[in-house]
Amino acid sequence: MTKLLEWLFGVSLIGVAWGLVTFDLLDLRLPPVYQEVAWPMPVYLLVAFGCYSLATVGYRVATFNDCEDAAKELQAQIQEAKEDLRKKGLKM
Amino acid sequence: MASRKSNKKQEKGDKYSVLLPTYNERENLPLIVWLLVKYFGDSGYNYEIIVIDDGSPDGTLQVAEELQKIYGEDKILLRPRAKKLGLGTAYIHGIQHATGNFIFIMDADLSHHPKFIPEFIEKQREGGFDVVSGTRYSGNGGVYGWDLRRKLISRGANFVTQVLLRPGASDLTGSFRLYKKEVLESLIERCVSKGYVFQMEMIVRARQLGYSIGEVPISFVDRVYGESKLGGNEIVSFLKGLLTLFATT
Repeated sequence: MTKLLEWLFGVSLIGVAWGLVTFDLLDLRLPPVYQEVAWPMPVYLLVAFGCYSLATVGYRVATFNDCEDAAKELQAQIQEAKEDLRKKGLKM
Repeated sequence: MASRKSNKKQEKGDKYSVLLPTYNERENLPLIVWLLVKYFGDSGYNYEIIVIDDGSPDGTLQVAEELQKIYGEDKILLRPRAKKLGLGTAYIHGIQHATGNFIFIMDADLSHHPKFIPEFIEKQREGGFDVVSGTRYSGNGGVYGWDLRRKLISRGANFVTQVLLRPGASDLTGSFRLYKKEVLESLIERCVSKGYVFQMEMIVRARQLGYSIGEVPISFVDRVYGESKLGGNEIVSFLKGLLTLFATT
């Protein structure tokens, strides 16, 4: 199954469950509190996911390692390499 | 103690072929080769470097020939092509004459540092991994020379990729990797995308085929010489590619 199909399947399942509870499609006669909670759930979940995404990406950007030492080391090695290659006869 | 260690490595019979596709890397090529020779030499692993130049107008191939004279034709192999033909075919072209049983792929512009090569090899041996992927996003992996915009785009794109594809690897667009030769061959056969997405597709297909993937944190130092490119076009084609992978894998 492709990821797209997995998503469609998952969303359909949730959609059916939501529809059943909110609109009482099977005549389950659930307590009204279930309907009140279920009705805004999709929007609520989307907003929650949006917040989670922003927070996660924000955190990851803030903690993205900056490799200062690696850059310095590279610069030093470049000089060393150039010297050595010159000695070995490479025309640069 | 040291000689016993390098004998052990020789006995294992493993050889690592490093594929270096190049385009206008006249400045960087000698440096990356020098670093590769240094780290492979110090660690004692058997290796060869395969330079796949796509008809660079700046004379990259001539520099490669000079390097061949210095380091030997058994260590530096040249597999040039007439013009810029794309990464997937460069790998195929490079592998054809590779004598190693393992293949390293990496960038030739010094953004990937050969000092991580022994870590890749040890990781592969530790877990018997089919693929070892360098990651900038986890452990003490990281970047240098990226502004906020670039970091934001990178992390944002990676987040979307993780949500949609759940790939089981932290860095999908990275191109510093170690593959078992037959694994690389089988993956390239199956991959159809280009550019960044090609690297992503390789990992996704590897998972599909049940290959094991290990990770090594790496530092990615942005271009020392030359220019970098991450404009609107790139982002759009990335998204297109991502959605294609989402719908087809």
